This record gives sequence, C-alpha cells and structure tokens, in this order.
Amino acid sequence: MMGQSDWRAPQLSMRWWPVFLRNLLVWRKLAIPSLVGNIAEPLITLVAFGYGLGMLVGQVRLGNTTVPYILFLASGSICMSAMQAASFEALYSAFSRMHVQKTWDGIMNAPVNLDNIVLAEMLWAAFKSIFTTTAILGVMLALGISYAPTLLLALPLLLLIGITFSCIALIFNALAKGYDFFTYYFTLFLTPMTFLSGVFFPREQLPGVIRTVSEWLPLTQAVELVRPLFLNEWPVHPVRGLLVLAAYACGSFWAALALTRKRFRS
Amino acid sequence: MTPPLFEASHLCKTYGSTKVVDDLSFLIAPGECLGVIGPNGAGKTTTIRMGLGLTAPDSGSIHALGLEMPRDALAIKAQLGVVSQFDTLDPDFSCAENLLVYGRYFGLKDAVIRERIPRLLEFAALTHKANAKPGELSGGMKRRLSLARALVNDPKLLILDEPTTGLDPQARHLMWERLQVLLQQGKSILLTTHFMDEAERLCKRLLVLDHGHKIAEGTPRDLIAKHLEPDVVEVFGVGALALVDSPLKAMAARVETSGETAFFYTQQAKPLLDALAAYPGLRTLHRPANLEDLFLKLTGRQIREDA
Repeated sequence: MMGQSDWRAPQLSMRWWPVFLRNLLVWRKLAIPSLVGNIAEPLITLVAFGYGLGMLVGQVRLGNTTVPYILFLASGSICMSAMQAASFEALYSAFSRMHVQKTWDGIMNAPVNLDNIVLAEMLWAAFKSIFTTTAILGVMLALGISYAPTLLLALPLLLLIGITFSCIALIFNALAKGYDFFTYYFTLFLTPMTFLSGVFFPREQLPGVIRTVSEWLPLTQAVELVRPLFLNEWPVHPVRGLLVLAAYACGSFWAALALTRKRFRS
Repeated sequence: MTPPLFEASHLCKTYGSTKVVDDLSFLIAPGECLGVIGPNGAGKTTTIRMGLGLTAPDSGSIHALGLEMPRDALAIKAQLGVVSQFDTLDPDFSCAENLLVYGRYFGLKDAVIRERIPRLLEFAALTHKANAKPGELSGGMKRRLSLARALVNDPKLLILDEPTTGLDPQARHLMWERLQVLLQQGKSILLTTHFMDEAERLCKRLLVLDHGHKIAEGTPRDLIAKHLEPDVVEVFGVGALALVDSPLKAMAARVETSGETAFFYTQQAKPLLDALAAYPGLRTLHRPANLEDLFLKLTGRQIREDA
C-alpha cells in the first residue's frame, strides 16, 4: 500500500473540538497576564502614535472626507493586532505544542488525526486573535475614538482576519526548524506588509507599482473592510475583500496541512 | 482458535535508500504480551509507528481488532493505549487534568472520565499527586502517569515503546508489577524494550529484530534453549583472553570474548570449572544462559553507530 498524497483533501470532523478545548484550558490558567501582554503593546502604539503623531498630522484625507489621524490609525491598527495575535499564537505557541512539548504526537496516539489538530490550532489562534481585538476595541470605545454602530460588524470581520493569518502562519509553523525562523516571518513579511497596507498612512502615498501590488495583500483587504466601519460607512468593495481573505485562508490552510502532513510523515 | 488481536503481514518500509523494516510479519493473540527486542535502528519504533497508522508501510498490511490499518486508523486507535518512548504529558496540567483532557480525545464524556480518574491515579500510585504537574514528578511517576493516560479509554491492546528506559530499579519494578496486573486483567501488550530481564519477565513471546528483519521468534525459554548452551562461564582477569587458545576451549561448545572477558558457553560447566581452579589469578562467574546472551549472539557485540 503506497502512502497517500500530502495534498489530498482535508479529512475533518468534530474531533478538533477536544484539542481546542485543551488549549482553552491551558490559557484559562494564564488568561489575565496573557491578555495584558496582548493588548498593552497595540494600545501603547495607538496612543503614542495616534495622539503624538496625530498632533503633527492632524486630519487624514479618506475618500471624500477627512478624519482625525487617531481614527485612521485605530481602524488600521486593530487589523494589525488581529494579524499579530493570530500569527504569534499559530507560530510560537503552536510550535511549542507541536515540536517542543510533543503534544501533537500524544494526541495522535488517540483517535484524532493530524488534520483535525491543525484545524484546532488554526481556530484556536483565530479565537485568541478575536479575544484580543475585542478587548482592544473595548478600550478604543472607552477612549471615545469611535462610537459608530457599524463597529458591531467589525467583530466577524476581525475573526475572519484572525482565521486568514492563522492559516498563513501555520504554513511557516510546518516549515520551522526552530523559533528563530519566525523572526524572519515577522520582520521580512508581516512588518513590511503593515507599512504597505495602509495601517499607518494612506496607500495613496505609495509609488504606483508598489501600490498596485499592495492592493492584493491580505492586510490591505482587511483594513479596507474594517476602516469604513469605524466611520459608520460601508466598505467600498465588501464582496471582493471577503473573497480575497477567504481565498488566502483556504489556500493557506490547505498548504499548511499538506506541509504539516509531510513533516509528520517521516 | 481465537483470531489474533493484531496481525502484521509482510511489512516493508524504506527511508531514502535504507530498508528500515523488511518483510516483517507477526501477530499478537488476545491476552498475550509480545516483546520486540533489537538494537537501536532495528526498526522497532518504525514498526510501532506503522501499527499506529502514523507512517504508511510501503507494502504489507496490518489488521487489528477486526479492522484494517491505516483505513480504520481512528477506529483502531479508539481501542488502543499507547505509551510512547518520550513522555508527551501536558506540562501545564495536573495529573488529573492530564487524564481528563486525554480522555476527551477519545470522545469520552467528562462524567465518564472523571469517574475513572481516581482509579487510574490509584493504579499509577499517584493518588497523592493528583494536583501536581508533570514537572513536579519523578521519572518513574511520569511514566506511570503516561501509562494511566494510555488506560483512560479502557483499551484492549497496549502499545508500550520502551516504557522503563531511564527509570531506577524501584520505579522499574513498580512498572513491571503494574503491567503484570494489566496482563492478569486480560489486556494484550506489545512491548519494545532494551532490558532483557524486562522482556523475560513480562513477555510470553519475543520477536528479535535486526536491520529491519525478524531474526528469531518464540518464547524466551524456547529461544534460549534453541540458540544457546545452558551454562555460561565468564572468566575475567589478566590472562583470561589467552584461555581462548588453550585446551580449555575444547570444554566449551562456543567461546566469545568481549573486552577482557572470555565467555564459555557449555553443556556441562563442571569440568571447565574444575580446570579453571588451576588459574587462581582469574575470576570466574558461572550462571545459566539468559536472554542477554541470546540477544548478543543473534545481533552481535559491536556497538551500533546510532547507539
């Protein structure tokens, strides 16, 4: 009997749930310190840049209107936080469980297949991401940055953003030999993308070619979906944005699964 | 005759250009403990991985509990208990939580698992450590927790990959005693080990592997009787090696040397021991042939590269 292709269709069932529950149980023990760590940094950045730099920048032109810089930054940086929280969990934490603690090996001796473990890790990272961004959103409300009712719609979008970046990160998790590898992912991939996706300044400032390319980055699509909701407006291209994020998520999940199967095959 | 609980037929597995497992067939009868022994790199762990559906064999088949691997891997694993070579306990959970979380992977209801936890902890002699985390446990306690965890689904067959490696004698004996209890309860066990006394004590039958081949199979007693002379006289001290070329050689069926020691394998030790009395400078040890002798005879005395 020959081994099957690593790229065969995912074989998923509800067996991901106990794996997700396992992560939840660990996190519950450390939730408060972990939450403080997760939201403190993005909020410090927001306050420092938003109010500090915002004094210099003043208003930012957005479509046909102008908005205060802090509002512009808040609506972009919440997407960045969703991306970072999901990436961090699906890289460092998942790698600890997969490679260092061998938790996945233990689980696979029970009737849970690798596909469901990868799905559980993906959903877990997305859950942590939405938990973090909800908390940040709460602080933004408390600071009075925006009270737009459309913000309620930002929550499902932020979950989708978390899912997308969890899937992408799991590709790199599958390829990693050690933690050092993730530094490259953050510094060479995520950080440049943050600057190209209109989080800190409008993409109109970018030179032509780069601007065209940046339009198809997942974080750009995320920001363009979420930012109008801070202004009580609708996204300009909602369907396109959702489809691009969903395509990134599905394609990346499949690739992550295939590469993880390859890793565990030998 | 009852059908075997587990049956592997003509398994082959190649990694790169190395044949790790080569045409290996064996079966485990219900209630039986089958031991798999062999030097490092003999193919023991790969065989277990194929048995668990974690690696697909290049050819050959595995049937277990009336099902087929890897097609029915999850249904088979629902009835297996596995203790792997390295502990995969959750460091953030207490002993009791480790059992609870692991039971959930089998789809067991929390109430069912919680009812089993006290008995499992008692079986593992860890009742007093129910709330301790693995980091606070000794090596033996961790292995026993791994064993308790493998029993959470009340499995029919246990697969134990070197369950006592790295344990002190007390912890090892406690582990053996627990495994004996499980065998008396009617569980079946597939055990790999490097300890010949462990294999002799626990296993009804043994499989000796080397370079992926099965080189011998049988009960420990039969294997020793078939391959070895009943008595061994070990001689060590200055001049021991010279005896190999002396008339004493004729008193033994076979002579081996290792380092500064000569091993005389013989049907009758008395004449040899009498003759050795003429060499007061040498120390001798007379003992019955054991599994270790068998293992070394079949697989050689040289150190394996990956040992």
